[in-house]
Amino acid sequence: MDAFLAQLPQQIINGLTLGAVYALIALGYSMVYGVLQMLNFAHGDVYMIGAFIGYGVMVALIPEGAPLITPVFIIILMLLVAMLGCGLLGVAIEQFAYRPLRNSPRLAPLISALGVSFFLQNAVQLTLTAEFRNYQTELLIPPGAGFDFGDTRLPMTRALVIVITIILMIVLQYLVRRTKLGKAMRAVAIDREAAAMMGVDVDRVIIATFFIGSALAGAAGVLTGIVFTRVWHFMGFTAGLKGFTAAVVGGIGNIPGAMLGGFLLGMTESFAVGFISPTYRDVIAFVVLVIVLLVRPRGLLGARIPQKV
Amino acid sequence: MSETPILRLSNINTHYGQIHILQDVSLEVYSGELVCLLGGNASGKSTTLKTILGIVKPTSGTIEFRGEPVQQRPTSYRIERGMAVVPENRRIFGSMTVEENLEMGAYLRNDRDGIKEDFERVLKLFPRLKERLHQLGGTLSGGEQQMLAMGRALISRPHLLLMDEPSMGLAPILVEQNFEIIQQINQQGTTIFMVEQNANMALSIGTRGYVLQTGRVVLTDQAKNLLHDEQLRKAYLGR
Repeated sequence: MDAFLAQLPQQIINGLTLGAVYALIALGYSMVYGVLQMLNFAHGDVYMIGAFIGYGVMVALIPEGAPLITPVFIIILMLLVAMLGCGLLGVAIEQFAYRPLRNSPRLAPLISALGVSFFLQNAVQLTLTAEFRNYQTELLIPPGAGFDFGDTRLPMTRALVIVITIILMIVLQYLVRRTKLGKAMRAVAIDREAAAMMGVDVDRVIIATFFIGSALAGAAGVLTGIVFTRVWHFMGFTAGLKGFTAAVVGGIGNIPGAMLGGFLLGMTESFAVGFISPTYRDVIAFVVLVIVLLVRPRGLLGARIPQKV
Repeated sequence: MSETPILRLSNINTHYGQIHILQDVSLEVYSGELVCLLGGNASGKSTTLKTILGIVKPTSGTIEFRGEPVQQRPTSYRIERGMAVVPENRRIFGSMTVEENLEMGAYLRNDRDGIKEDFERVLKLFPRLKERLHQLGGTLSGGEQQMLAMGRALISRPHLLLMDEPSMGLAPILVEQNFEIIQQINQQGTTIFMVEQNANMALSIGTRGYVLQTGRVVLTDQAKNLLHDEQLRKAYLGR
């Protein structure tokens, strides 16, 4: 019991870090599902591309082991470029792979999404090889930096991931709740035709949704690189699956649900690693999730208000 | 009447795949009128409305709105030019608040002061909505949702208010109240084009009516004449 208590804060920090990444990926899944009722299985690979874009920016700005500009700005640039690049990639994917199939049976865009996923993985493997690349996080954030709370240590890298994720979530919540675009997104998600009848340009809302969701995945890719350092062409597969699971557990289509689902999944995994066995990390995580879905099939926050007709 | 109509459909034909829905439909709505489009099930009433809005594209024919051909224009353009709709079954955004639903009605407007003024006007017309401003749309009763749908359409101060089956799914007493409000809105100067199955009710407040049967306009007259027309009953009863 003492060992458990001693480890608890550390595992919470690990869980929050992992959960932040899952939550950012889950948001894109959930938002796209919300407006199109479609599962964008290429989303995990957009995250992978984001990790590589961040890597590219980092290599360009740290040419010979010495950063050209202040490391803080390098991190900001990595995030912004990856978010912009992934946002545009998401819009392009929607344009070419999903829009022509918008009125097809629901399986067609799903297959198309799997095709895009394979395409992105293989494109990266072909151009950058299948080798692991390593983020030089130690040149951006001094390895010793961090905060100490008694026996517990919060490394700077993890604090950064958690803080950036929270900032992005606040911005997203503001956007969805308070702005005109956000209201249009919610209206399209509730009833696409009725939204069009109010004068909403549905295509533009869908484009904006893909841009924002993919940009968040791009940020998740860079943050993963910063904390876990290793990136490769196949990293999007597992991460995408986890993000999707988090979205479903939170209640797919529901934005706070995606955040909650992400953190819950991250926490479960980290506790499984810390207290049971690293080998069973995925098994335990998914068992917990199956249990959640048995109790609440629509996900934690997925309850719908009864609609009177 | 020599003035230009607010809305004019000329020889509209619409197809769903192979099926010919609207066949040479022509009709006009003049400023200040309350025009009813009547007909039984599957007569093409809703398709006519969707064609006017641009949700369904006609295969031939022209739609002029305020003197301008709009048949090639997207729905958002037509809304911006001054159409507003109370859709069939109201189509309230259930998980948005009453206030947000009303804001969606003013989606294409950017004049903050004007919107505020119209908010006041609509809330005065439907005081019940004011009490429930922060409640979710989906929690309102059927009658309240009808008010919300009308308020949402009126907030844009439309040149032409389109209404699709306003009596559908409402209790008889609510239908009556609803039609009184529609009449009131019309008398205050809003031009209305209404699609309705309940012919007696619609004609009792309407200016003119068109009767649609299997996609064709079979009859048109002043509302008071149509009320007593033998052919109208035939169109409905199919014999």
